[in-house]
Amino acid sequence: MPNCKTAIPYRGTPEQEERLRKVIEAHKGQPGATMPVLQAAQEIFGYLPEEVQIMIAEGLDIPLSEVYGVSTFYSLFSLNPKGKYQISVCLGTACYVKGSADVLAAVEQKLSIAPGGITVDGLFSLDACRCIGACGLAPVMMINDDVYGRLTPAQVGPIIDQYIKKG
Amino acid sequence: MSHIRSHVMVCSGTGCSSTNSAAVLTAFEREIKKHKLQDEVKVVKTGCLGLCNQGPNVMIFPEGACYAHVTEENVTEIVEEHLIKGRIVSRLLLKEDAGPAATSLTETQFYRHQLRIALRNCGVINPESIDEYLGVDGYTALERILTEKTDPQEIIDCIKKSGLRGRGGAGFSTGMKWQFTHDATSEDGVKYVCCNADEGDPGAFMDRSVLEGDPFSVIEAMTIAGYAVGASQGYIYVRAEYPIAVKRLELAIGQARKYGLLGKNILGTDFSFDLELRLGAGAFVCGEETALLISIEGKRGEPRPRPPFPASKGLLGKPTLLNNVETYANITWILNNGWEKFAAIGTEKSKGTKVFALGGKITNTGLVEIPMGTTLRTIIEDIGGGIPGGKKFKAAQTGGPSGGCIPAELIDTPIDYDSLTAIGSMMGSGGLIVMDEDNCMVDIAKFFLQFCVDESCGKCVPCRIGTKRLYDLLDKITKGQGTLEDLDTIEELCYHLKDSALCALGQSAPNPVLSTLRYFRDEYVAHVVEKRCPAGVCRDLLRFEIDPTKCKGCTLCARNCPVNAISGAIKAPHVIDHDKCIHCGLCQSNCRFDAITKA
Repeated sequence: MPNCKTAIPYRGTPEQEERLRKVIEAHKGQPGATMPVLQAAQEIFGYLPEEVQIMIAEGLDIPLSEVYGVSTFYSLFSLNPKGKYQISVCLGTACYVKGSADVLAAVEQKLSIAPGGITVDGLFSLDACRCIGACGLAPVMMINDDVYGRLTPAQVGPIIDQYIKKG
Repeated sequence: MSHIRSHVMVCSGTGCSSTNSAAVLTAFEREIKKHKLQDEVKVVKTGCLGLCNQGPNVMIFPEGACYAHVTEENVTEIVEEHLIKGRIVSRLLLKEDAGPAATSLTETQFYRHQLRIALRNCGVINPESIDEYLGVDGYTALERILTEKTDPQEIIDCIKKSGLRGRGGAGFSTGMKWQFTHDATSEDGVKYVCCNADEGDPGAFMDRSVLEGDPFSVIEAMTIAGYAVGASQGYIYVRAEYPIAVKRLELAIGQARKYGLLGKNILGTDFSFDLELRLGAGAFVCGEETALLISIEGKRGEPRPRPPFPASKGLLGKPTLLNNVETYANITWILNNGWEKFAAIGTEKSKGTKVFALGGKITNTGLVEIPMGTTLRTIIEDIGGGIPGGKKFKAAQTGGPSGGCIPAELIDTPIDYDSLTAIGSMMGSGGLIVMDEDNCMVDIAKFFLQFCVDESCGKCVPCRIGTKRLYDLLDKITKGQGTLEDLDTIEELCYHLKDSALCALGQSAPNPVLSTLRYFRDEYVAHVVEKRCPAGVCRDLLRFEIDPTKCKGCTLCARNCPVNAISGAIKAPHVIDHDKCIHCGLCQSNCRFDAITKA
C-alpha cells in the first residue's frame, strides 16, 4: 500500500504551518474548499501527513474522516513524503504500447524501489503515472520537471546516475 | 506604426515544451534583437500545431515554412538565412517519409486531410493574449448575442440544428443538453455552467491542446452557454497534471475580466457571468459527470445514480450544464458560421469534425482533426504516415479504457459515433492508439483492465470486484495458466458488469476485453491451449533459445543473466537452463551476434 500512513516523523516548520493557516482562512466557508486547501497544503509540505490533515479538519471545521477520505481518494495527494528527485514513468497507453513497462522495470531494478516508494536516502521517489500528454515522445519518463522521451531500458541507468552524481 | 513583415510561431504546447521549445523561443528573441529586427519580425508563442513527434516546431509566416526538430543551434542559421536573406533553410524543414520537404504545412500529407474547427486557432494565435483572440473574430458571437439581445431559445435551436454531439465520448446531443438545462428551474433561480477538462484517458490530449492553444474560445462559449441556459457562474474542472493549460486558463480568465468580458455586466449589459477554475487531483472517475460535479463540491468523486441528471439537479443540487472542452470549442464557430455550414460536414448522424490524439506505433504521432466519416485508413496511412519499421498494422484502439480495438480488416470503417459503437468500440474522448504485430492483444486488454481496477472508485460492487476478477482471469491467461472455460467466464462476467455497474466507467470497462475477444480470439486461444504468446510480449510464455551456429561463446549473456541460468565454456556455444530462466530478456538485449531468439 503506497498510500498508507508514513513512518517518517513530521517535520513541518512554524513558517509552513503559518502559510497553511492563511490558506485555510482564505477558503473557510466557501463551498468545496477541501480540495483547493489540500492542494495548497501538499504544495507547502510536499505531502499530507496526519498532523496537516488535523490542522485542515479543525481549520475548515469538517470531520477529519472527510479530509482523510478525500486525500486518499485522489492519486495526486500523497500521505508519504517524496524524494528530492521525483521520477514518474508514464504508463499511459501510447507509452505502454511502446514499451514503457520495461522502462519502469529498469528504474525499479536500478533503485530497488517499487512505484509509490522512496529510496532510503530520500533522494529518489518513484511513481507510475497515467499520461503526461507527451505521447509523441513515447515512452516518456519525468524526473522532477525534466522530460526524457523515446527511452529504452538501457538509457535509464546512465540518466539516473547523473542525478546520483548531483546528489 | 511599424510594419511586421514576418511572424515566427514557436509551438509551446506540452509536446514541444518537453523537447525544450522554450529555449528555442528565447534564442529567436535574442537573435532577432541582435540583428535589430524586432520592429519587423515578431516572435509568437503558440499552441499545439499537432505534429508532436517533430517538435519543437517553428512556423514562419508569410511563407508558411514549417521547421521541425529545431534546436537552439539552428536558430542562428534560420534567422540569418530565412529572416535576413529570405532563403528558406530547406535542410531543416519538416520532412515526411514520402516526397520532398514541404515548404508549407497545408501541403503536407499530415494536414491535407484535416479540417480544423475546434483547433482553428491552435498554433495560429498567442494563447496568452486576448488581443490576438479578438483579432481572429473572437468574442464577436458573444457581442452580437448580448447587443442584439438574442432570444436564448434561438441560440439553443441553432446548436440543436447543427447536430453537434458531446465530444467527451458518449455523444449526447449538445443542443438537447442546453435545452434541458434551460427548461429546468431551481427555487432561487441559480444554475451553473461547467466544463469537463478532466481528460483522464491515457493517450488522449485533445482537450489539453485546445486549452493550451485557444483558451478564450472555451471561455467565450461557456459565457454564451451561461446566457442561453440562464446561469451566472461557471466552473472549469481541469486536471492538475496539465500545468501549462492551468496557467493559460488563469491568464485568460484574468484578461477576460479586465476587458469586461467576464464578471458583472458584461459589455455593459445586464448579463453577468463569472468563471472559476477547479483542479482535479488525479481520479479518472471524475470524468464521469456526476462524479465531476461532486468533486467540485470538494468531496470524494464518486458517481451517483442518474436520474436526476445534472441538467435538473447538478452542482450543489442546482441545474447544471456540463460539456466537454472540445464541445465548447465548436460553439462559437457554429454561431459565427451558421449551423447549416456545420451540419454539412460529417455523416448523417455525426456532424462536424473530431479531434484525435494519434499515438502508438505510427510515424506521425500528434493531434489531428478530421471530418466525421473519414476512414481509419486515411487517418493511419495518409495522415499518420503508416506504421514505422515496415511492421504490419494490427489494430487501432479508440476510446481509451472504455473503448475497443478495431482490427486491421475493419480499416475502411468510417469514423463516427454510431459506426464505432457498431463494431464494439466507441468514439470516446479521442485517443487513437495504433498497434502493430508486436503488441499482444491479451496484454492490451489486461493493461486497460488494470487501469479500471486502479481507477474504480469502489462505490458499486460490480465495478469494484468485477473488474478485479476480470483482471485476475486475464492475468492467469497471460501466465499460461488459463483454461478455455475461463474464456467463457470472462465473457459472462463482462456482460454482468455492463448491465449492473453504476456508472460509465464500470459499464464500459469490459469493452477492451470483449472487442479483443471478438476479433482476436485466436490469440487468447494460443495463450490458453498452446501456452504461447504470438506477439512475444507475455513474459511467462516466452522461451529464449541460443542459436549454437551464431553463438561465439563471448560469455556476455552468461555474465548478465541475473539468475545464472546460462552456462557454457568460453568460445563455445552457450545454453539456457529453462528451469532457472525468468524470461527477463537481458541476454537477448546484450547479445552482439543476434544469437538469442524469443519464441
